[in-house]
Amino acid sequence: MNSTTVRNLLVRGMLAGLGAGVLALIVAYVLGEPNVNSAIGFEEAHAGHSHGDEVELVSRGLQSTAGLATGVLVYGIAFGGIAALAYCFALGRVGRFGPRATALLLSGCALLAVYVVPFLKYPANPPAVGDPDTIGKRTALYFLMMLLSVLLALAATLLGRRLAPRIGNWYATVVAVLAFAVVIALAYTFLPVIDEVPEHFPAALLWRFRLSALGMQLTLWTGFGLLFGELAQRLLRPAPAAAEAVPTAP
Amino acid sequence: MAQPFAQPTAAPAIPDRLPLKAVAPWAVFVGVLMLVLLYFVGAEQGATSVFNGAGVHEWVHDARHLLGFPCH
Repeated sequence: MNSTTVRNLLVRGMLAGLGAGVLALIVAYVLGEPNVNSAIGFEEAHAGHSHGDEVELVSRGLQSTAGLATGVLVYGIAFGGIAALAYCFALGRVGRFGPRATALLLSGCALLAVYVVPFLKYPANPPAVGDPDTIGKRTALYFLMMLLSVLLALAATLLGRRLAPRIGNWYATVVAVLAFAVVIALAYTFLPVIDEVPEHFPAALLWRFRLSALGMQLTLWTGFGLLFGELAQRLLRPAPAAAEAVPTAP
Repeated sequence: MAQPFAQPTAAPAIPDRLPLKAVAPWAVFVGVLMLVLLYFVGAEQGATSVFNGAGVHEWVHDARHLLGFPCH
């Protein structure tokens, strides 16, 4: 139980992130890419700006395959590493959860804090949606929302831990989640609204694009939780296979 | 007849905790490295640029849209 364990968990986290990234990549390619292409079709049909005149640096064929794979896999590895580090802090400190359950719980919370909460305020946009002139503002707001959501999730976890001995696990969890929701609702209310969907952009396409983006993240984090949990279990509880089958504790 | 709600025998103790001192250095160095990777996937050559041009942006273009980052 020392630095070596941390390193081993970190390596496994990055591997699980890579594996989960492959699963998310399949979802991205099959469900997401058709929507990206339709949105680019709309963009070209309504070419109001200079996009078409520029020299094409990377072809669409590469962008939708190797480029997509690079982005999604690096994202998976990076978040896998970060999640593994968070796991090292969380293990044994968030309740009576074993290695696998802790991994899945952490993944679920990460999906919410890193993606779903920012997404509900500033959802993913396909090409053609978003004014290039406001990219700075939109990027800053998106990362701010992400940072806020992650920090608040950490704060809520610490709050729950502090309350648990006094009011019990159940009420401590309820209060912590409620506190998180209230502050997030305030952030939703007071942060500026971004509405840059061009006129006549198909609503159904926007919806499908955003659903596919959400589906990717759901796949990524569920895959990560299960894969990493399995690897962490084998590392931390090296038990013979037969002992696993005995239905004692989860 | 078997007991319907058999109590688990000897539930494992609360799982191993890793000492914070062992995790902290990894968290700092590797954490920063991972954030740099995320920056290059999510934001480089969009709002801010470390390298000139648009090669990185164009290469990860589709991933950036589908991963939810503001792209352009």
